[in-house]
Amino acid sequence: MNAVYGLFAGLSALLLVVAGFAVVTRRHFAAVVGFTAFGLLLSLAWVALAAPDVALTEAAVGGGVTGVLLLSASVQMRAKMEVLPSWGVRFIAAVLAAIVTAGLMLVVLMLPDEAPTLAPAAKESLAFTGMGNPATAVLMAYRALDTMLEKVVLLLALVAVWSLGRDHFWGGRPDFDFSTQTSGPLLLLARVLVPVGVLVGIYLFWVGADEPGGAFAGGALIAAMGLLAFFAGVARPPLVGSGWLRWAVVAGIAVFLIVGFGGFWGAGDFLAYPDGLAKPVIVVIEVAMTLSIALTLVLLVVGPPGRRP
Amino acid sequence: MSEIFGFTAACLVGLGLYGLIVHSSALRKILSFNVLGSGIFLLLGVIARRGAAAGLVADPVPQALVITGIVVAFSATALGVALIRRLDEDDEEEGEP
Repeated sequence: MNAVYGLFAGLSALLLVVAGFAVVTRRHFAAVVGFTAFGLLLSLAWVALAAPDVALTEAAVGGGVTGVLLLSASVQMRAKMEVLPSWGVRFIAAVLAAIVTAGLMLVVLMLPDEAPTLAPAAKESLAFTGMGNPATAVLMAYRALDTMLEKVVLLLALVAVWSLGRDHFWGGRPDFDFSTQTSGPLLLLARVLVPVGVLVGIYLFWVGADEPGGAFAGGALIAAMGLLAFFAGVARPPLVGSGWLRWAVVAGIAVFLIVGFGGFWGAGDFLAYPDGLAKPVIVVIEVAMTLSIALTLVLLVVGPPGRRP
Repeated sequence: MSEIFGFTAACLVGLGLYGLIVHSSALRKILSFNVLGSGIFLLLGVIARRGAAAGLVADPVPQALVITGIVVAFSATALGVALIRRLDEDDEEEGEP
């Protein structure tokens, strides 16, 4: 017990040191590298909190894809160093932050001993969906509406990012060209790792029904593999104007909506799954969702079109 | 046992808030905001862990909320980064420092 406690305390200390470094260092590049490391360490904390699904998503999206996004931005932007305000302002900000932290710590200490929980309700829906992984069952059945609306958020973000492109580039490819190597480790990595990574991504999505994994973790891993291929120059970002891309990006929401409205007819309510067919229906939604998530994440990172079509 | 991560979460929120205030560069504000968000997610994780019941090691509902939240936070981050990139490009064209 004490050893586990020590491990948790050590992990917490490491998290705070790395996060502190990412926040206070003056060099943007170093801050982003620190943040990526922080994301990976945070996924260990999620494992400690008995949330392996969150850990996978955090490692892939929070650390991995966000890290790539911030890294490419920090490389492309002209300002490389931070200009900090006077020490007085910093002191006041630190005091304010400390007060908020102290307040939150107090809240943690005052959490009720009889913790409120929705676990029994979620457990009930497990049997109906035929799934073994409670987190996936919550995402796809118990709270499917949240998951559907989150797909809408992803799509809206993509529309907003695309609309930041210049008029004469519209329909072209995003400008995401970092490759300077014609041979070497990056190219080898892209050729060897990408097929394996895509396969692992599909596996994660598939086992998500019963084991840790799911559409988010799988889709994010596939997205990361796409980004690696773009970085190494073995593939190019797709034309923003192409029809198949538009269809693939909206596939997740489209299938969700069809199943949702079909629920009125088949099961009597929006997004209700017909008895006995819940699992196959969920798998169909998840296939479309994984495709849409993977593509949308990639497109959000590579940014608006930056070249003429 | 899981309280220690509750304290860590509180410290992360404080760190993120501090960074959000003191940084002038938008990129660093976005990064700090993500640290703040991670702290809030972690707090939800502690609450989920405490809600273990019905044979489950944790309450899966807050966990699913966090999974959704991570993806939404990423969407907002991507939009923010696209905005500051465009601002940077426009400043460059106008010859501002």
